[in-house]
Amino acid sequence: MIISLIGFALAGLVLPSLTARFGPRMFVVAAAIPAAVFVWLLSQIPAVTRGETPTELHPWVPQLDLALAFRLDPLSLTMALIVTGVGALVVLYCARYFRRGEDGLGRFSGVLLAFAGAMFGLVVSDDIYVLFMFWEATTVFSYLLIGQYTAKRKSRGAALQALLVTTAGGLAMLVGVVILAVESGTTRVSQIVADPPQASGLITVAVLLVLVGALSKSAQVPLHFWLPSAMAAPTPVSAYLHAAAMVKAGIFLIALLVPAFGETPGWRPLLVAVGVLTMLVGGWRALRQHDLKLLLAYGTVSQLGFLTVVVGYGTRNAALAGITLITGHALFKATLFLVVGIIDNRLGTRDLRKISGLGRQAPLLAVVATLAAASMAGLPPLIGFVAKEAVFTALLEDAEHGAPLGLVALIGVALGSVLTVAYTARFLWGAFARKPGVEPAEFVHEHVDFLISPAILALASLALGIASPLLDPLFGRYADGVAPLSGEALAASTSATAAGDTVEIPDAAHLALWHGLEPALGISAITLVLGLALFAARTRVSAIQNRVPSLIDSARGYSRVVHLVDRGAVRLTRLTQTGSLPIYVATILVVLVAAVGTALALVGELPGSLRPWDSPAQLPIAIVMGVATIAAARAQKRFMAVVLVGVTGYGMAALFALQGAPDLALTQALVETVTLVTFVLVLRRLPSAIGQDHSRRHRIVRAVIGVGVGILMSVVAVVALGSRIAEPISLRFPELAYEGGHGRNVVNVLLVDIRGWDTLGELSVLVVAATGVASLVFLSRRSSDMPRLGPETERPRWFARRTRMAEAPVEATSSAGATPDGAAPSQERGNQRTPWLLAGKTLAPENRSIILEVVVRLLFHSAIVVSVYLLFAGHNIPGGGFAGGLVAGLAFVARYLAAGRFELGEAAPIDAGKLLGFGVLFAGGTALVPIFFGVDALTSTWFEAELPVIGHVEFVTSTLFDIGVYLIVVGLALDILRSLGAEIDRQQEEDHDDEGDDEAPGAHQINTLSHTPDSPTPDAENSTEESIR
Amino acid sequence: MSASLVLILLMAALYAGGVYLLLGRSMTRMLLGFLLVGNATNLLILIIAGPAGLAPIVADGVEPSEMHDPLPEALILTAIVITFGVSAFLLALIYRSWRIARADVITSDEADVAVGGADSSMDDEESTEAEDGSGEDTEFEGRAEAKAP
Repeated sequence: MIISLIGFALAGLVLPSLTARFGPRMFVVAAAIPAAVFVWLLSQIPAVTRGETPTELHPWVPQLDLALAFRLDPLSLTMALIVTGVGALVVLYCARYFRRGEDGLGRFSGVLLAFAGAMFGLVVSDDIYVLFMFWEATTVFSYLLIGQYTAKRKSRGAALQALLVTTAGGLAMLVGVVILAVESGTTRVSQIVADPPQASGLITVAVLLVLVGALSKSAQVPLHFWLPSAMAAPTPVSAYLHAAAMVKAGIFLIALLVPAFGETPGWRPLLVAVGVLTMLVGGWRALRQHDLKLLLAYGTVSQLGFLTVVVGYGTRNAALAGITLITGHALFKATLFLVVGIIDNRLGTRDLRKISGLGRQAPLLAVVATLAAASMAGLPPLIGFVAKEAVFTALLEDAEHGAPLGLVALIGVALGSVLTVAYTARFLWGAFARKPGVEPAEFVHEHVDFLISPAILALASLALGIASPLLDPLFGRYADGVAPLSGEALAASTSATAAGDTVEIPDAAHLALWHGLEPALGISAITLVLGLALFAARTRVSAIQNRVPSLIDSARGYSRVVHLVDRGAVRLTRLTQTGSLPIYVATILVVLVAAVGTALALVGELPGSLRPWDSPAQLPIAIVMGVATIAAARAQKRFMAVVLVGVTGYGMAALFALQGAPDLALTQALVETVTLVTFVLVLRRLPSAIGQDHSRRHRIVRAVIGVGVGILMSVVAVVALGSRIAEPISLRFPELAYEGGHGRNVVNVLLVDIRGWDTLGELSVLVVAATGVASLVFLSRRSSDMPRLGPETERPRWFARRTRMAEAPVEATSSAGATPDGAAPSQERGNQRTPWLLAGKTLAPENRSIILEVVVRLLFHSAIVVSVYLLFAGHNIPGGGFAGGLVAGLAFVARYLAAGRFELGEAAPIDAGKLLGFGVLFAGGTALVPIFFGVDALTSTWFEAELPVIGHVEFVTSTLFDIGVYLIVVGLALDILRSLGAEIDRQQEEDHDDEGDDEAPGAHQINTLSHTPDSPTPDAENSTEESIR
Repeated sequence: MSASLVLILLMAALYAGGVYLLLGRSMTRMLLGFLLVGNATNLLILIIAGPAGLAPIVADGVEPSEMHDPLPEALILTAIVITFGVSAFLLALIYRSWRIARADVITSDEADVAVGGADSSMDDEESTEAEDGSGEDTEFEGRAEAKAP
């Protein structure tokens, strides 16, 4: 069986491309797969009839006791034969039905075969979860098949409707399935059925939930409406899914479970009530339809109700009738759908008001259709008659034994049968009769190959009807497994069935065309007469129908529910997605306070205690920081707020130092400095005041949330510290650091060695941040080079302007004796040599501070040396790659601040991106290389040697990692300076240039001189951007 | 272990001030709030690390139990540097927003507001066919071999 499934799956995968290439004739090839499975199944009939059950077991997830378990018992064999037999014929039929080049035909063929496979899997699965998976797979494939005509809105809507209704049922079913499997202690369907769990409230609920799934799948009232809508599918799909296969899945499940759960409270009344109602509603509606396909669809709803009653009834003879009816219905309904498909294909309509005289035009088609219709109406000698007789007999028998439900069911299905006869007559009349006032159809001619599939199916209806006694052994074996003869006899023979004893029970019904003059025959005759009378009075009937309002209009209910869900979703979105970031953040914080606060409050007694301070020095620091915090929150000026926040940062450094964390203090102080500079670089372009954008009420809410978070975190801190009762793992770190990492500075060894992965992650964050900064600021291109001085001709336009501007004031002020040095004259001599101080060329003199420039130039190299020292010494004393990198970064910051961006370019002639790359290479390489030596990543080792002159030298490989850290930090600092410093300078100049160009293109130089803040007028220093220089 | 009241109060103040700023609409304020919350969180880790101790540097005569816990120190160090990288990124964002939109204020997300708009609904899907009811009863309109009258 697994081989068959694999075959279906492969076909589903391969067919789309083949069909797209070779057209509909691929369906003939594809039909071979279900046909082959059908033949194999035929060969299994003798064994199954003898009582054997072929099984297959392929372990799948043993931990969950999940297995691909398959079995062929009489029921699943019957279903599998229907699924593959009808499937093969429908696929074959598709070869004539579709035309070459039709949209989505490749997909259709693949999905159709995949559906056949899923359906086959569903009926042969013995694992209840696997069964459920196939169940849901059929739903999904049916969605795709119903929505085949993707361009039609109706088709898409119908597909979605079928999907929603059946998966909703499937969800309920899943809950039931899980309960059943857990309560039974096994997932094997055969074991659950053979040894059902003790009846209990829970089991009742589970069984009812499973029934919800089954009834939704089999289109029972009030969930029947999806089936008529699903007629938007191509007709072969309707013939297969909506007549023979998928809608039978629910019936199959009922038939599968009825032996074990037929006596569950509510089972029989529910199924009889729902089934009878569905049968009547479907039949009644079918009488109103003009579209032949819709007529059949409502007829199918009606027949499915019929099946629900019979299959769910739970007596031995009802089960026998049920399985016969399943077979009969699959045969005749698939035939009729295929006939409608041919009519539609030939005439271009399915409306019975437009079709006339087709019977004469297409006699073969009429014969085929009549055979099938006769089976549907229950005429001898077709299988529909045999099935209906069996049903009447079984129900009558039980009613005679005094079961009131039997009587209800009997009357219900008899009434339903009257309607069935009536709509069958309506179908035949509508499709083939000559109607007055309607022009006879031009059918062209009949194609025999198109008729093959429906003809075979119709002949099967006839053959199985005549040969019905041959079906008896197989069907009877299923029926014997269901229940003893009647409700009355149940108690007496429970022991016999429980023991799995399938002894021939007296009075067991047998399938046959002729049972003698029995009451059932009488009922059949009466329904036939009444049905034909109903059809004959169709004008009057339809007048009545128009007057009676449709009581059960669940389609409208469905659309109302869908609409409500839509509206609800929009409302909920409007409520939660206000688009306001502060509200989102506030929501998160309020949830934090509420959730953690509640958790803390529920715990009751909390650990933790307080003392005033660790050292008295904490008090003044804390006071300064606290005041700075409050002032920062209230500050209206941007720079003021930044400086105040900076105060808290330096305060943190002091606290770290006091607490015994020199590394932290050092890093924090350095980071704070670089951060301040970065802030200033950006904020010089923004207005100095921060707009107060919130009302007083908002500020109060913000303050309340802030205080709430503050209080919560205080409690968290106290509790967290109080909860630390175990010995910290860090007690072993000093030893590890010294012995293993070969370094005395525990924190540094932790960073580069013991917790190196952490640092590696952190480094990637830094690299991403640096790249992000650069790409945000360099709007149009990522400039890889620092701006540097070069020959005049190569300078870009903005630089030329800058130079002009620089020259002008130099010349203008030279008479006043303010020329600072020989920079300008030397430039005039021709740029032969780069001067020691670059600012002379590039900055206006009032922006320069010669002392600062000189001091920075002198200190720069010392700072770099210090940074390298910190890097290498960091392993044993406070320092390390972070601190070293930050010192180097600060050195560059100083060069840039003192003399502008060209100075920066000269100081660091290397691209920041390359530094970052090398840093990652070093750090990552240090992490990876040990792997090649067969040890864990990031394992460090050390070398020591006695060198002449230098003396004892030690080298730990983790230092390489630290070099990577150093390079990345320097790269980050450079990227920040390059982007937020140099590039912003450039963009600012460009903006000023544009202003100048706009105003007076001809008077370029004058304009820039008089309009830019860079102009040599003394009041220029008031502008924000000047304040940093 | 008992916690330092001074540090606890300071941490609460930093959190309160930070959250207050974070909830503003000005991006500069949000970034400053982010920094304050970052400082507060580092302080939280520092408090949980336990009482003050000697610097965690291995030296003769210094017992591990006398040292300040090095593990939280390493965590804070990582946090400091990452906060720096992220705030640089946020600053670049602020700059770009200012350069493009001349705005330092976060406005409401238009897409979010549009989703909740009064007339937005799921079922206003455009249909690709004429909804005149033709083709209701056939799949073969105009393609059938013999069209019914």
